Amino acid sequence: MINSPFVRKAASVQSVMLQVLLALVPGIAAYVWFFGAGILVQIAIASAAALAGEAAMLAIRGKPKAIFLTDLSAIVTAWLIALTFPPIAPWWLTVTGTLLAVVVVKQLYGGLGQNPFNPAMAAFCLMIVAYPALMSQWPAAGQLDFKTQLDLIFGGLRQVDAITGATPLDALRTALRAAANPDSQVHGLRAAQLMDGPAFGFLGGKGSEWIALGYLVGGLWLIQRRIITWHIPFAFCGALLVTAGLLWGVRPDAFASPVFHLASGGAMLGAFFILTDPVSGATTPRGKLLFAAGAAVLTYVIRTFGAYPDGIAFATLLMNILVPIIDMKTQAPVFGHKKD
Amino acid sequence: MLRKLFKFHGGVKPQTNKEQSTTAPIAAVPLPDRLVIPLHQAVGGHPRPLVQPGDRVFKGQRIGGADGSLSSAVHASTSGLVRAVAPAVMPHTSGLTTLSVIIEPDGEDRWGELDKVNYRSTPPDELRDFLRDAGVVGLGGAVFPSYAKLKPGKEGKLKTLVINGAECEPFITCDDMLMRERAGDMLKGILAMRHMLQAEEVLIGIEDNKPQAVAAVQAAIAASGQSGIEAVAIPTRYPAGGAKQLIRVLTGIEVPHGRRSTDFGVQCFNVGTAYSIYEALELGRPLISRLVTVAGNVNAPRNYDVLIGTPMDHLVRLAGPRADTDRYIMGGPMMGVRMPAFDVPVVKATNCILVGSEAMFPAPAPEMPCIRCGECAKACPADLAPFELYWFSRSKNFGKAQEYHLFDCIECGCCSFVCPSHIPLVDYYRFSKSEIWAREREKEAADAARDRFEFKNHRQEREKLEKAEKLAAKAAATREKVAADGATAPAPGSDAATPAKPAPDAAKRALIEAAMEKARQQKAQAAPKNTDQLSPDVQAEIADIEARREIVAKPAASPLPPQDA
Repeated sequence: MINSPFVRKAASVQSVMLQVLLALVPGIAAYVWFFGAGILVQIAIASAAALAGEAAMLAIRGKPKAIFLTDLSAIVTAWLIALTFPPIAPWWLTVTGTLLAVVVVKQLYGGLGQNPFNPAMAAFCLMIVAYPALMSQWPAAGQLDFKTQLDLIFGGLRQVDAITGATPLDALRTALRAAANPDSQVHGLRAAQLMDGPAFGFLGGKGSEWIALGYLVGGLWLIQRRIITWHIPFAFCGALLVTAGLLWGVRPDAFASPVFHLASGGAMLGAFFILTDPVSGATTPRGKLLFAAGAAVLTYVIRTFGAYPDGIAFATLLMNILVPIIDMKTQAPVFGHKKD
Repeated sequence: MLRKLFKFHGGVKPQTNKEQSTTAPIAAVPLPDRLVIPLHQAVGGHPRPLVQPGDRVFKGQRIGGADGSLSSAVHASTSGLVRAVAPAVMPHTSGLTTLSVIIEPDGEDRWGELDKVNYRSTPPDELRDFLRDAGVVGLGGAVFPSYAKLKPGKEGKLKTLVINGAECEPFITCDDMLMRERAGDMLKGILAMRHMLQAEEVLIGIEDNKPQAVAAVQAAIAASGQSGIEAVAIPTRYPAGGAKQLIRVLTGIEVPHGRRSTDFGVQCFNVGTAYSIYEALELGRPLISRLVTVAGNVNAPRNYDVLIGTPMDHLVRLAGPRADTDRYIMGGPMMGVRMPAFDVPVVKATNCILVGSEAMFPAPAPEMPCIRCGECAKACPADLAPFELYWFSRSKNFGKAQEYHLFDCIECGCCSFVCPSHIPLVDYYRFSKSEIWAREREKEAADAARDRFEFKNHRQEREKLEKAEKLAAKAAATREKVAADGATAPAPGSDAATPAKPAPDAAKRALIEAAMEKARQQKAQAAPKNTDQLSPDVQAEIADIEARREIVAKPAASPLPPQDA
């Protein structure tokens, strides 16, 4: 080394990614506790596919394999895919999604650090458009034993409609629409009453609220470790609460409560692990606030008025598109050029 | 000590490694066999040599005179014989040479006559000239001539004089030891500067990892009985010792890039500079030595009082370099520069010789792509977006880099220090800056060439016009003259019927002849012979040849002289 600085902090991409993976562990533990070990199988499938796809692309692109396969970035993508896909998705769905994420969305754009879109969320969007039915079937907590899960994943069993239902988010939306219909049995019931069903827990979906809590714990740890900053989780949760609160405040019979929105679906995963992806997200402090708040509003709109079970993935991609302009327009004034 | 302090954005906390070199007091250095004193040691014009090989010089004799509007003198660090005034490798990574005075010490270390100055009774202009000729420059590392900074701003006085004893770079402790051992004299220098700047208050900023220095300076202030001077302990965070950062911490003022701090009522000097101002004014001693920390891969890290021009290896030997030593770094590990050789001289900018080895400063892990994690932006004390500058530098998008304030970068190294992708970010900014400067120079050169060309065209046009005017005037004059001649001198004896007839012919002929003559002259003038613009050597040669030709031609042209007359 010829030029200063001659000393470096002990930091690496690998250690950053490793800490992100560790932060996911509490959420995964809750996942396994309430929904069974099938999710671990999904994580393994996705990880293997991600490494295979990454290795093939690195070979084709003539890039050093050892460094890039051990940077753990592909593993983070794989875990996020596994955690956002239904736990009983057939193995080929997980593999196809992961390969799309790693090969197309990441490597074809130039590999690590070059992708404008969040690979896991791009894969989710592609898969839900291509396989809407398979991507919308979620088991209830404790509903399926491990063997059934394996059968579902590896194709032994495919009578999914009989044994799985919609996500709590979907269920509540359907119920609320039904309640708005004067001919329906449940007409006039409020969201809180509709949430009495077996699919719901004390905050959101039964079991999934504990997973969300696990993500929250891991995410706060990431902030404490200075891997991510508070801006994106804060702005996302804040904007989601405010948006949901406004509509719920006006018509509590027609809209789900803000707390339900926060505890359900991918909200916590999105706030702490997906939108915080530095490569595809905004980078300036003000930009992060805008980026995450925009994603929250879009998520709410897609969840409430759209046809998909959750809105995080589409909201993330839409905000990814805006990142260059957000970053450009939110550059902070530099030293000596601030207005005090 | 309830002064309100301000924060600067970012910064890092590398391991300070300062304890090792502060256990022993400042030591003297035996005279080396020779001193190599570069003439150009400070920002500004290249001082002109004032001695020749063979001259005997005394200690403190001026050997390089300040030249130009911003320049600083250089002196012999000891008495002895000038062996050479020749280019020598300078202490810079490039390994380039610079004109240096090489002195062989006579061992007597004899001072010349020393002029002291009473700064209270001397006009400021004279004081500044005195300090320029005493070679006093900023010893914090920037080596900016101090006299040029000792001017109060437009108002004729200053609010705050900031004295920089922060010393934020790891390993370096020369300012710390100076404050511990020489606080009283340093304070005298500070008072002189305060007087010259008419400063209301003086704040001496010292990082709080130097409690002994803070205590020593506070004791010196108390002993002096002066008011309006305060030693302030500031939080230890690199680069708190950057002038802009320190001014920010102590006063809350941010001096933007390219502006004078005096416009904001502040000026900043290093503690070492204050001490050398004391030496210059009160002892009459020019800047011929400085404190240097020798640290890193040595058995006994320590501070030395070193004569300028001492070869670095002569000094490092005293501290016992370890066997695996493979490099010297001048300065600290964050901003220092690697030396091209071990025997380059200590100069005024040398605050530390950091002795290194591969084991001590291992090469960083391979560079990875930027993942835009923003660690660099969090660490940047200039509030820049380093990773954006990196992208722009990589793509040679220099316009954009400047738009993102590339030139506000102080190259402190914080971004490179924290980067998890091990990208040598500062190197990219150095590259961009030098490219932009090179392009500016090219553009200036092109502009100058275009101006020259346009002026030449303009001049030729003008000359053509002038010539035409002159010609027209001449023609008119000739015509008038001929007309007058024709009128007054009709051929005698001719009758009145034909008096004007021959006149137009004659006039016309005369006019044509005059014009032709003029054209001949012009042609001779306008087209110089290809022998006209030759060097004196070639002309002499031609003259010689012509002379020989003449000798040869003569006999042929004239009839042979009678053989036997």
